[in-house]
Amino acid sequence: MADTLVKATGIEVVYGARRRFGRSTAGGNKVLHGIDIHIDRHETVGIVGESGSGKSTLGRALLGLTKVTKGSINFDGVDITRLTESRIIPLRRRMQMIFQDPMSSLNPRHSIRRILTEPLLFHGVATDKGDAERRVRRFFDRIALPSSCLDRAPHELSGGQRQRIGIARAALLEPDFVLADEIVSGLDASTQAQTLNLLKGLTREMGLAMAFISHDLSVIRSVCDRVYVMRYGSIVEHGRCDDIFTSPRDLYTQLLIDAIPLPRIDPGWLNRGRIDDATAVAATI
Amino acid sequence: MTNSILSISDLSARSELDHRLILRGVSIGVAPGETMGLVGESGAGKSTIAKALLGILPRTVRITSGRIVFDGRDLRNLPERELNQIFGDQIALIPQDPLTALNPGRRIEGQLTDGLRLRRNLPWRQARLRALELLDEVQIRDPERVMRAFPHELSGGMRQRILIAAAFALEPKLIIADEPTTALDVTVQKQVLRLMRHLQASHHTAIVFVTHDIGVVAQICDRVTLLFEGRVVESGTTAEILAAPKQPYTKALIAAGPRYDRPETGLQPVPDSVINMLRADIIASDGRSSNG
Amino acid sequence: MDEAVSLAPPTKAVQSHSPRWRRQLKVLMSEPKVAGAGGFILLLALVALLAPLISPHDPLDQDLMLSALPPAGFDGAERGHLLGTDNLGRDVLSRLIFGTRITLIVAVVAAGLAALIGTTLGLLAGWYRGLVDGSISRLVEIWMSFPPVLLSILLVAVIGSGVTSVIAAIAIIDWTRFCRVIRAETMAQAQQDYVLAARAVGYPRLYILLREILPNIMPVLLALVSLEMGIAVIVEGILSFVGLSVSSDTPTWGGMIAEGRQYIHQTWWVLAAPLAALFATVLCFNQLGEGLRRALDPVLRR
Repeated sequence: MADTLVKATGIEVVYGARRRFGRSTAGGNKVLHGIDIHIDRHETVGIVGESGSGKSTLGRALLGLTKVTKGSINFDGVDITRLTESRIIPLRRRMQMIFQDPMSSLNPRHSIRRILTEPLLFHGVATDKGDAERRVRRFFDRIALPSSCLDRAPHELSGGQRQRIGIARAALLEPDFVLADEIVSGLDASTQAQTLNLLKGLTREMGLAMAFISHDLSVIRSVCDRVYVMRYGSIVEHGRCDDIFTSPRDLYTQLLIDAIPLPRIDPGWLNRGRIDDATAVAATI
Repeated sequence: MTNSILSISDLSARSELDHRLILRGVSIGVAPGETMGLVGESGAGKSTIAKALLGILPRTVRITSGRIVFDGRDLRNLPERELNQIFGDQIALIPQDPLTALNPGRRIEGQLTDGLRLRRNLPWRQARLRALELLDEVQIRDPERVMRAFPHELSGGMRQRILIAAAFALEPKLIIADEPTTALDVTVQKQVLRLMRHLQASHHTAIVFVTHDIGVVAQICDRVTLLFEGRVVESGTTAEILAAPKQPYTKALIAAGPRYDRPETGLQPVPDSVINMLRADIIASDGRSSNG
Repeated sequence: MDEAVSLAPPTKAVQSHSPRWRRQLKVLMSEPKVAGAGGFILLLALVALLAPLISPHDPLDQDLMLSALPPAGFDGAERGHLLGTDNLGRDVLSRLIFGTRITLIVAVVAAGLAALIGTTLGLLAGWYRGLVDGSISRLVEIWMSFPPVLLSILLVAVIGSGVTSVIAAIAIIDWTRFCRVIRAETMAQAQQDYVLAARAVGYPRLYILLREILPNIMPVLLALVSLEMGIAVIVEGILSFVGLSVSSDTPTWGGMIAEGRQYIHQTWWVLAAPLAALFATVLCFNQLGEGLRRALDPVLRR
């Protein structure tokens, strides 16, 4: 499929395994069990799951930031799982990430200017400092950020502004693929709406492919074309958003959808549906 | 409202650091056994109110006027000794983060029996038995094992149930639930909400439920108070507020959340015009109250 | 507490006219410990630099006619000897002033050297982990199991006494302190999202260590260096007290304390002056370190 940008097959990730002469042996925690996932150009794919589902790990694996113990990840035809760190570097420009917490994902000791212009110069997207600054300012206009932000340090900005800087950092490199990891999870409904609208506009204009990780199915529905539902390191269901929501096949997906409280009076909601008690006592001794 | 368990009248508070008004003449009434939702975006003042009701306002925040009447007693005019008897006893807290609210170095049995032993003077064995009953009430399947466990050995949902059990342990008349499900998975949230409703009914406790999630409010609150920058924008029964919101801000806030059942509506942030109107209103009334 | 939705300018507006370093300096000076303690230390440095110019007498000048004079304000004090003289007639104040030189040289160079060695190894261990960390950590453990006093005496016995060996002794023993702390800090910073973000941009590993992580470790490092300088001052004092430091001609505070101890009943001021100076200096280094830590941590300060 010439349209597929990111294709992951049989991904397994194990944390903390003891390595014996290069071959991983027992011990360790298997976080992903044989994941198959693909993202086509220009499409937005959602990855939804609760805590412990492995969605964040999957996202980082797709970007080659987490080592996979089995399986392969293909980015535009290149198998990035077999590449050394230095061979991956030129590809990195084309796959970027936006983080959940803009406070911790921006270096507290760097100015915004430095955070945004350095990557442009590093990858040669900008020819010199002046060009880099011009690009940044132009982008600021697009996302309604005042250029006075450039001289500031991250902690001197508001939360909403930091979130936009995070988006800017990813978008300025003009990537083909962006991973958005729970980027609206801590936000108010209104800020969330603003940020998501901004993101949707950008992906449309720039023709980006996006993997959108979230625990909130409602947000996923409003942003994504297709969705993968994850649980305990496996994909339990996937398909077009419309299909999943109108007729979910997997029991867990149904549980997940049903658990969302809607802002309308529904007296039966609270007591409806089976409660999977196993979920609740999952992580006990 | 003579029948209310809690009656906040015209409460105003100011920050000592930058003299900003944090609360502007807030009035809220809660009837016994009912769940009152306290909704608003960040900075609305809802956690300030919660802290004031628990007596844990930071020293940098000062209440400048208004009354807090709990069970017929004016909390701002009570001697410290009587206040200590109310906070943490007749008014209890279900905190937001189950991870940090429990002491990681103590077993659950110690933490759960603290209140019973210190406030009700129950001997250890009796307190422990009562704690086991409470764990059963919050539907924990293996209460003995949980009692002997340390917090890090349990899941988030489990910890939140324990905190709920602890809140109900002293049979409080009022519980302040400060975003108790925000940190939980959505499926766990539903179980916890169901549990809280159930316990509230059997113990006839009133709950002030602080949240920014209107969906949660719709499912669990009897009445709602909507706040914006320290001011009550609108209040009423949940049904009224959802079906026929009067204020434009209320309408906008309800519409701002994404709805999986209405994908066509899209994402609508609260329009700047609505915010500006509210702010102008606030500035005007601030001016009036400082002149009057 | 989060700020509300807003495209409005930040609430804490900082003038963007002045360059960042000047703003940072302003912030530093606003912390009283930095300004106060730092000022004192600067003064000491000046004293050390200008010692020959400001010293009232030659510190080595003996005048048995003027021996054992008490400091000003006491019975029998003489003009020209503010802090009195010792049993050989040498001016205490002058010796104190010249002693500052040794003290500060040792403090700065020894602390700097220990910091350099320890920080380098700590950064490498904390960032590259694996075998690198394993070997460095083992090295630190073994190194720390040697008794420090014994080691320093051994060293001086081998190299011979003098400023160089004092500095070497301090640096060789204390680098482990830096290594452990910096290693821990590096590992903590490496967990942060901004490091992951830097990797996502594609920066090479060494680049990330030096350009992204190191600046965030600076506050801890500077505070540690300041503390270490205080320690170096004390160690120098101890070593010269036992006669293992510079030759007995060159005045050092530790040496003065050793001499003063012998004649404490006759000339207590010979002991009191360097003791007070030592105390004040170490106190200032500690306070400076504490103040730097607080002033330089951007997140903590909010």
